[in-house]
Amino acid sequence: MTTRRLTRTVWAAVLTVLYLFLLAPILVVLVESFDHSTYLRFPPEAFSLESYRQVFANEAFREGFKVSGITAAVTALLAMATGVPAALALTRLRFRGRSAIEAAFLSPLLVPHIVLGLALLLILAPIPLTDTYWGLILAHLGVSVPYVVRTVSAALASADPRAEEAARTLGASGPMTFWRITLPAIRPGLFSGGVIAFLLSFDETVISLFVSGQNTVPLPVAVLQYVEYRSDPSVASLSVLLVLLSVAVVVLVERGLGLRRTLRS
Amino acid sequence: MTAAPGTAPEADPKATPEAATAPVRDSPERPARRRGPARQALVLLVPGLLALLLTYALPLVWVVRMSLNESGEGGLIRQTVSLATFGEVLGSSHYGNVIRQTVELGVLVTFFTLVVSYPVALFLARTTSRWRGLLMALAIAPLLISSVARTFGWMAILGRQGVVNKTLDGLGLIDAPLHLANNLTGVVIASTEIYMPFAILAMISGFGRLDPALEHAAASLGAPRRTVFRRIVLPLTLPGVLTAGLLVFVLSLSGYVTPRLIGGGRVFVLATEIYDEAITSLDWPVAAVLSMLLLALFGVVIAVYLWAQRALEARFTGAQEARS
Repeated sequence: MTTRRLTRTVWAAVLTVLYLFLLAPILVVLVESFDHSTYLRFPPEAFSLESYRQVFANEAFREGFKVSGITAAVTALLAMATGVPAALALTRLRFRGRSAIEAAFLSPLLVPHIVLGLALLLILAPIPLTDTYWGLILAHLGVSVPYVVRTVSAALASADPRAEEAARTLGASGPMTFWRITLPAIRPGLFSGGVIAFLLSFDETVISLFVSGQNTVPLPVAVLQYVEYRSDPSVASLSVLLVLLSVAVVVLVERGLGLRRTLRS
Repeated sequence: MTAAPGTAPEADPKATPEAATAPVRDSPERPARRRGPARQALVLLVPGLLALLLTYALPLVWVVRMSLNESGEGGLIRQTVSLATFGEVLGSSHYGNVIRQTVELGVLVTFFTLVVSYPVALFLARTTSRWRGLLMALAIAPLLISSVARTFGWMAILGRQGVVNKTLDGLGLIDAPLHLANNLTGVVIASTEIYMPFAILAMISGFGRLDPALEHAAASLGAPRRTVFRRIVLPLTLPGVLTAGLLVFVLSLSGYVTPRLIGGGRVFVLATEIYDEAITSLDWPVAAVLSMLLLALFGVVIAVYLWAQRALEARFTGAQEARS
């Protein structure tokens, strides 16, 4: 019985240490974000919101936020516009080479971003589209489409095709059936696909490094360049703000759409 | 959000690609039915396939083509079809070291990540605690934060003036700061943490065969805990460990942010070299060749994974047949 208790204690201690290791950088970022000084030291000598003010005063961060926001929004819309019809074809229609095309749509996930980044640089530089919004959007599109195809396909697979057939039988046209029957049924899947595409693009660092320059610098690239040459706590504050923002987006999307309600019905 | 019923049909024809096939459907029923699905699928697939072609397939073909060119004087690219750049890269001792360090980093990070993730995954898969949801959320919470920010956190922990050195110094355990950043040690420590959530998720989803009833049966038949673990738990969880290993190895082979930031310009791996050759040296043929080598490494890793998976599966079914 005592050895049993001993193993339990050791097991709990091991898990605590592993969790501490896993969460260590987040805890440090959280503490540092309230550091009053202009350079990193641990533990901070004084706490304040000064470095949060620094984030908003930083021109590169403000500009980067705008660039990433616009890029991510357009990327997500384009990914949905191209991904939804593809998912529709892949789940609702039977044709030759379907599984091969399905695999092709998921294959961008297998290629490392460092290689994709180089590949996009090589093809966008001569046009020249590097260091532009359209260059960034095209660069992010390839890695976003697979997620939309996947989430929408899953939503389509769980939606009942007989409702669509019934609508067709009753005389509704193809597009009408899509708008009135299919789209409402897959809306949660479509939205989660769009949100994933948005967040992927907003967070994309390595591909953006290759195709951005001095004029169009998305936020992760601005942060990377900042961290490389300066070490002050404002990056920590920025990270905390971004986490709060993404949590807020997820909560709002869930509230606004009534995701739970839609999933239950 | 939904359009008013009256306006919806009017807006449709332009809004959905499906519209293009609608007239075909309305005309004579039989022939349209027979060749309908394929043509409809084509129309629906074109936008997506075009996006993939432009943003993924074509660029990759360009890399392959570029790897066959040669770099001339002053950043010029000589258009040829030769393996000269491959020979140049494979023959140089610098790139030999880069490849060696890339593999070394991948092996070390994979090993340590599996070691620290396994207990957590095993705990999360088996626990019936009411804290399970919270602990699960904590284990994957780091994914919410960009790897740049987490790497920044590790810089604050491992640096000369970082948490670790300050603490050890304050306790009087060290005289000089430990070298935990700007070298391979720091990159391994930070990468291990960064890939931990991926490994934990991959392991848990691969632990499907783990059944508490089996463990109880073995224990009630008198097997000591260590034997239960070695004979029941470990074999049943190996497939999950193998998948997690593949995932972490592939991610760490191509990781760029952590080697660049924590390595402080002193850790050279394929990813950092590809970027430097492409952006700093403007030597695109060499960057393309290094990319091909990285993809070749991927191929080797995936081949080893498939082989190990088959061996594991054979042993599993073999053991089952022997028992029955």
